[in-house]
Amino acid sequence: MQMSSLTKRVARVSVVTRLWPRSAQEREQGLVGYLFLLPDLIGLGVFWVAPMVFLFYLSLHEWTALSPMTYVGLQNFAELMKDDLWWKSVRVTLVYLGSYMPLVVVLSLLLAVLLNTRIRARNWFRTAFFVPYVIPTVIVGVIWAFMLDPSFGIVNYCFRQILQLPLLSQLGWQLPNQMWLASTTMALPAIIFVDIWKYVGFCMIIFLAGLQEIPAQYYEAAMIDGANSWQLFRDVTVPLLRPVILFVVMISAFRAFQVFDQVYVMTAGGPYYATYTMAFFIYERAFKFFRFGYAAAASTVLFVMILIFTIGQIRSLGTGAAE
Amino acid sequence: MKVVGSIFKRGALYGILLGGVIIVAFPLFWLLSSSLKPGNQVFAYPPALLPREPSLENYTILLSRYPFARWLVNSFVFALSVTGASLVLHSMAGYALARLRFPGRNALFLAVMSTYMVPIYAVIVPRFLIVKSLGWVDTYQGLIIPSIFHAFGIFAFRQFFLGIPKELEDAALIDGASRIRIFVEIVLPLSRGILLTMGVIFFIANWDSFIWPLIITRSKDLWVAQVGIASFRDPQVTLWEYVVSGSVLMAIPGLILFFALQRFIVRGIKTAGIKG
Repeated sequence: MQMSSLTKRVARVSVVTRLWPRSAQEREQGLVGYLFLLPDLIGLGVFWVAPMVFLFYLSLHEWTALSPMTYVGLQNFAELMKDDLWWKSVRVTLVYLGSYMPLVVVLSLLLAVLLNTRIRARNWFRTAFFVPYVIPTVIVGVIWAFMLDPSFGIVNYCFRQILQLPLLSQLGWQLPNQMWLASTTMALPAIIFVDIWKYVGFCMIIFLAGLQEIPAQYYEAAMIDGANSWQLFRDVTVPLLRPVILFVVMISAFRAFQVFDQVYVMTAGGPYYATYTMAFFIYERAFKFFRFGYAAAASTVLFVMILIFTIGQIRSLGTGAAE
Repeated sequence: MKVVGSIFKRGALYGILLGGVIIVAFPLFWLLSSSLKPGNQVFAYPPALLPREPSLENYTILLSRYPFARWLVNSFVFALSVTGASLVLHSMAGYALARLRFPGRNALFLAVMSTYMVPIYAVIVPRFLIVKSLGWVDTYQGLIIPSIFHAFGIFAFRQFFLGIPKELEDAALIDGASRIRIFVEIVLPLSRGILLTMGVIFFIANWDSFIWPLIITRSKDLWVAQVGIASFRDPQVTLWEYVVSGSVLMAIPGLILFFALQRFIVRGIKTAGIKG
């Protein structure tokens, strides 16, 4: 009896010592390592990993504020397929992505290249374009909603003044009073513009950092070969900047897939759902109509779309940028 | 001919840049100017570029009729406590992943990074339900604690610690110092720059945070300023005078941080962009 418990203990100790480093210093290192990681691991587990797992489970259930959770299989997804509003929100989000992302990338790259040349007041310009980054998105949204108001907004006022200039009025140019956020055609472009206003300087800073990493010799060599500035841009800057371009494409797409704050304060999804994004659809299903299972199904689709997009981008832009 | 061309080019370049600066700066000027126009002059037509009789009336009414001061304090409490906790926890985790050797480290690093690209709108509903089951809806801990955890901060600290020469720690190890002491007394003092950088980045990100405070707080006492401002923008009647004055108050802390610490913000974005 005593003997066997002793051998067991010896066996256990030897297993432990094999797994566990012998020196006290290494042991301490391991302990401190786990200790330091533990809070973050628990937090990421509870607030990211568990929700992720729970999401897929939830998407297969009907769960409202009134009824308990019941398993419905793929019914939520089937309902999504038939939900016109859902398809509308998918279209709005894809239009947003398709216009916002290229515009942000091109404009911020252009600004970065311009502000990487030797011009006067360069830092001053950089600072100016970067300022909107620290203004919260909600605030940016309300400022522009204020300026774009159809009746008293400063933007329409300026347009009217310009059109009254002698030459233009003689030409008979007429621009009807723009309804902006109240117009089904103008609301989405207006929101996209506002988000570009907020985000271009941020991406510009990333591009500037990338540009500064390009060794000057590359440009000198190309210039000796007689390249003009467009050729320098196309044949030196863009290829060498590829990983940074990929990064900006990814973060701006990530943002475009998840437009919410501006929509919430500028249009509330309207008019007539013209700005009803997927994030807004998810928000309203869950927190206005309390259909958690249905919202989870929509979230799952959004997640898969972003995943596919990400993998696609890394495949197409990432090749040759591996170093 | 060539000289004329280059002068023309320069002019066009400055023209484009100045146009851009005006588009960026004018809305901020307009916000401030409008907030100083008393009452319904905010949306008088035609609009006056500058307030005829500048007044702080909008601000005084905003602060007396609505709990806006409380909302601003909440915004600060929220952003500052998330920032503080993030700095402590993520620097520890980053140090463990960069410097300490223990079984399973690489697997844990991959696990952390796998949460990096998960979109917030994918997890927002289940996360809300989890926080609800903890009984944290409409509480400060429900507002703050879930916002602390993000792989980006851990990753950024890890990258930084990988760049610190090991020899600095080795000397202390030979003297028999514990790992915790080395972290606190040698590594952290070397990290003042990155701590400040990440601190600013975390603060700005949480100052900008909207969807989580919106869904997790119910009582007005717990609202952050952004949620309060959004509540003034009712689809039927927007209380523009409070929207603009509240927005000025909300924009100021960000702008102060920006002009005081721009260098650090830029460095932080570079860390994220280039090495990320």
